[in-house]
Amino acid sequence: MSFKHEKPRVAVFKFASCDGCQLSLLDAEDELLAVAGAVEIAYFPEASRRMQKGPYDIALVEGSITTPHDAELIHQVRRQSKTLITIGACATAGGIQALRNWRDVSEFVRVVYAKPDFISTLKMSTPVAEHVPVDLELRGCPIQKEHLIEVIAATLAGRRPNLPTYSVCLECKRRSNVCLMVAAGTPCLGPATQAGCGALCPSMGRGGYGCFGPMENANAPSLAERFYTLGATQPEVDRAFRSFNAWAWQFRKVSEEVHQQ
Amino acid sequence: MRKKQYRLERTHLNSLLKLLREEGYQTYGPVRGELAMEWAPLTDVGELPRGWTSAHGPAHYRLENRGGESLFGYRNGPESLKKFLHPPRARIMKAERNGGAFRILEDRPAAAKRAFLGVKPCDVAAVAALDRVLLNDRYSDDIYQANRAGLFLIAVHCTECAETCFCASSKAGPQAKTGFDIALHERLDGAMPEYFAECGTAAGAALLEKTGAPPAPPEWARELADACALAAGAQQRKVDFSSAAAVVERNYDSPRWDDIARRCMACGNCTQACPTCFCVNFEEHSSLDLQTAERHRVWDSCFTQNFTYIHGGSVRLSTKSRYRHWLGHKLARWQQQFGSPGCVGCGRCITWCPAGIDITAEFEWLKAGAPAAI
Repeated sequence: MSFKHEKPRVAVFKFASCDGCQLSLLDAEDELLAVAGAVEIAYFPEASRRMQKGPYDIALVEGSITTPHDAELIHQVRRQSKTLITIGACATAGGIQALRNWRDVSEFVRVVYAKPDFISTLKMSTPVAEHVPVDLELRGCPIQKEHLIEVIAATLAGRRPNLPTYSVCLECKRRSNVCLMVAAGTPCLGPATQAGCGALCPSMGRGGYGCFGPMENANAPSLAERFYTLGATQPEVDRAFRSFNAWAWQFRKVSEEVHQQ
Repeated sequence: MRKKQYRLERTHLNSLLKLLREEGYQTYGPVRGELAMEWAPLTDVGELPRGWTSAHGPAHYRLENRGGESLFGYRNGPESLKKFLHPPRARIMKAERNGGAFRILEDRPAAAKRAFLGVKPCDVAAVAALDRVLLNDRYSDDIYQANRAGLFLIAVHCTECAETCFCASSKAGPQAKTGFDIALHERLDGAMPEYFAECGTAAGAALLEKTGAPPAPPEWARELADACALAAGAQQRKVDFSSAAAVVERNYDSPRWDDIARRCMACGNCTQACPTCFCVNFEEHSSLDLQTAERHRVWDSCFTQNFTYIHGGSVRLSTKSRYRHWLGHKLARWQQQFGSPGCVGCGRCITWCPAGIDITAEFEWLKAGAPAAI
């Protein structure tokens, strides 16, 4: 990739999210100076008051689209950005707030807010890719800071970033983790979830929560079947698939089938 | 020449470990972990899982304590010796920018000398299978070669098998016939276990001689063969490897593959747990300042989409095509490639498949065109 400026200009945008993903960039303590030296941080309100206008070489977009304003703004971001990278479960799958997609949001607004008239919100929380073309998605709730640095390093070197799309199970096996589902009967979303976290939860004796969303060729129905075999109830299977990546279609399909039964 | 055979007690096993350490080996053995048996550093036979075994089934593994004095009544845990010989991740190159050029930094870690006590015959056979691929094929793998050169194997014959075992079919067991330095048979007829020891190599013979153990009674060899034959007869699962090529070929379009793909999650656990699956991927890494670059070798799996990625996309896009490829390679095409099956019958792919897919049952189904009896 060639850049107009000496260093690629990076911008960080936020939509409906908890900020955890963009914070992981600031959390990259050891590499932060190297990142700051390699790119020009042109727009990053959470980190700097110096906010420069576009166009940008790389836009990192966090959060899902939940308001009419968001839906308009994301098009502006796209127009100003050469490469648009979505970061985190909200931006790539709609996030935990996508649970509203199965409910009546106006009812929530009436119950929660004293003056509902001030609230302007969309019925659904949707991923960025449903609104504008996305060049690369970084999964996770939150993302791995190593992935973000890898993407920047790969962009600078003009190579493909190393980002796994296979299951968490491969990471477990490389770490010599004993499979919790097989050896302890603990339900784990690992076999249907994209790797990237380094098998964090199974390494701590907890079944995977699916933070990185559905893997390539995810077979979520087979995994749900396994959960039932292990003694899980319908509400448990439903909750397993309806979390941070609930609106990702592979997980969505399974939980909707649970609701139909 | 008749091999020398010895009668060992627990103290002799400790002597073996001590002698090996004196020769510079790190000594390992099967040790009970929180959830499963694992290979861990071992300096005393007291650390072996005395009285412990495990129950196996499709997608099922549980440690069990049945008591007694047996030190080797354990059944294979999820890991074989593969991770020691063919590590999951290895840096194979590091380069540094040097003005306009770059230079390669040599930083290959020294291979360790490792001795394993209590290796089951299937895992001994798996090392031989890896040898055929990574040492004796057209190109040898230098990381494997270095680790393999420092390997000392003390096998233990199987006299009882797990429910998922089918080594009698692959002829890898239950009696270890070759590939070990020393082989032990644990005899449990007395108050304390005794061990019938045979050597497989000169190094093994020299070590056994040094323990000062007495010779074994002549009938023990016969009793070992009988015990193993009994164990082989008790195995419920089987694979007819001689028919594998024909079965795989004529079933290319079998609807059975679709049925398997409904259950298979393409998670790759079978390939990672398999003691002979050796496939790797290569990853390039570069630093943010573009001054250093590294190439890493990482375990891969034929169940990933990236595995068949070539210009324009991946060849095997469906889970069905990946399972068909894996079964076909393990049971049939490996024989054509390397002269023996890629499957040793350890049953790990059955036990550790989170969907409980049983390669032997699927093969039987394909062979008969109907569900297997078991």
